[in-house]
Amino acid sequence: MTNTILQLLSILITASLVNNVVLSQFLGLCPFLGVSRKTDTAFGMGMALTFVMTLASFVCSLIYKFILTPLDLSFLQTIVFILVIAMLVQFVEMFLKKYVVSLYQSLGVYLPLITTNCAVLGIALNNVTDEYNTLESTICGAATAIGFTIAIVILAGIREKIQYNDIPKPFKGMPIVLITSGLMAIAFTGFAGLK
Amino acid sequence: MSNMEMKKGALGLRADTPGERFFNGLIEENPTLVLMIGMCPTLAVTTSAINGLSMGLATTFVLALSNAVISALRKVIPDTVRIPSFIVVIASFVTLVQLIMQAYLPALNKALGVYIPLIVVNCIIFGRAEAYASKHGIVPSFFDGLGMGLGFTCAITIIGFFRELIGGGTMFDIQILGEGTVLPGAIGAFFGRYQPVRIFIQQAGAFLVLAFLIAIMNQVKFNLEKKGKDTSKFGSGGCCNDIELKDPKTVKEQLLAKESKGAQG
Repeated sequence: MTNTILQLLSILITASLVNNVVLSQFLGLCPFLGVSRKTDTAFGMGMALTFVMTLASFVCSLIYKFILTPLDLSFLQTIVFILVIAMLVQFVEMFLKKYVVSLYQSLGVYLPLITTNCAVLGIALNNVTDEYNTLESTICGAATAIGFTIAIVILAGIREKIQYNDIPKPFKGMPIVLITSGLMAIAFTGFAGLK
Repeated sequence: MSNMEMKKGALGLRADTPGERFFNGLIEENPTLVLMIGMCPTLAVTTSAINGLSMGLATTFVLALSNAVISALRKVIPDTVRIPSFIVVIASFVTLVQLIMQAYLPALNKALGVYIPLIVVNCIIFGRAEAYASKHGIVPSFFDGLGMGLGFTCAITIIGFFRELIGGGTMFDIQILGEGTVLPGAIGAFFGRYQPVRIFIQQAGAFLVLAFLIAIMNQVKFNLEKKGKDTSKFGSGGCCNDIELKDPKTVKEQLLAKESKGAQG
């Protein structure tokens, strides 16, 4: 029992900090760079991604275990997972719109951005490669998304600060954001010691 | 006369011919350097020139063939279900690439890892399917994919080449600069002896290299604007552009506009 909890804790820390999804695996860069102008929208994006990624990791893990493996179709995982994720996002959007309006108002605008997010598919595929069981996959999905939220909120905070700084003209806009991300990536390598 | 000009495509060749499409993707609308789309693999796999080259070729294969198939099916696929249909076509070719690499190039497959199946969500492929292949014939679509793919390959091989050379002193995995090698010419006069800058093959290096690349492209764009040339094709971050979030309606509109520009991701 203690071993299982320790194992889950290790997955949680590894997925959220040590192998941070954007800063060390380069997945989900588009929302990371695109929706990080303000702290509150960045946080909303992070929460929406946490919701979708936890659910997608859980569903994809179940599908892999109970449909693809028994039928010996595991080579179809890429096609199946991308369709499942796209469908899941649509379904979540419709469900929230109908039944949980308050949540839809705060997270709904981010959902279309997540459909083709490479981070969601990447984590679902990584869970299979790492041979995680359903519980571990779900924890890994949630932890990865928390790592994304930490990174995007920090970046948004820095961007709010540097908005009015005097930056050389060619570096205005995306280049300075990328340099900031690069410095954050250096800082996050410090977490490697936690492993 | 104006009609003639309308039909002119890249490099002054006639529009929609195979050759014009090929050079359009390779030079005029280079996806990485000019349009700046498909940035995730550009950053992730360019730790060496070989990795960049193989990732590029795998993407080119998927791009050219999925473009041809989508173009062949463009009259069969109903408009409302086109996005899932495109995804299935693209994902099938990606699975094909994945199986081939697992069987014949296991070492490379391990090095590129999860980024091979993630070709599925590369915005270049989806963008070309949506913006070009679903509206044009099979042959130009195939060459459009080939040109775009090779343009992508060239760009990420170059990025990989520099990261590898500065970060580890190797060139296509062959050690050419050892620690303390005297650098030639002006570079040598400035830096003295070679020291591997490890950060360039780590994650942070990818962000820094891309930042400088976009800054250089911005400068090129400013220079072209000074000369009064048209720079409307230049993207400034592609799918990584800022998305303003106000209310759901504007977001939907922006997404639609981005989709038609082919910058999804």
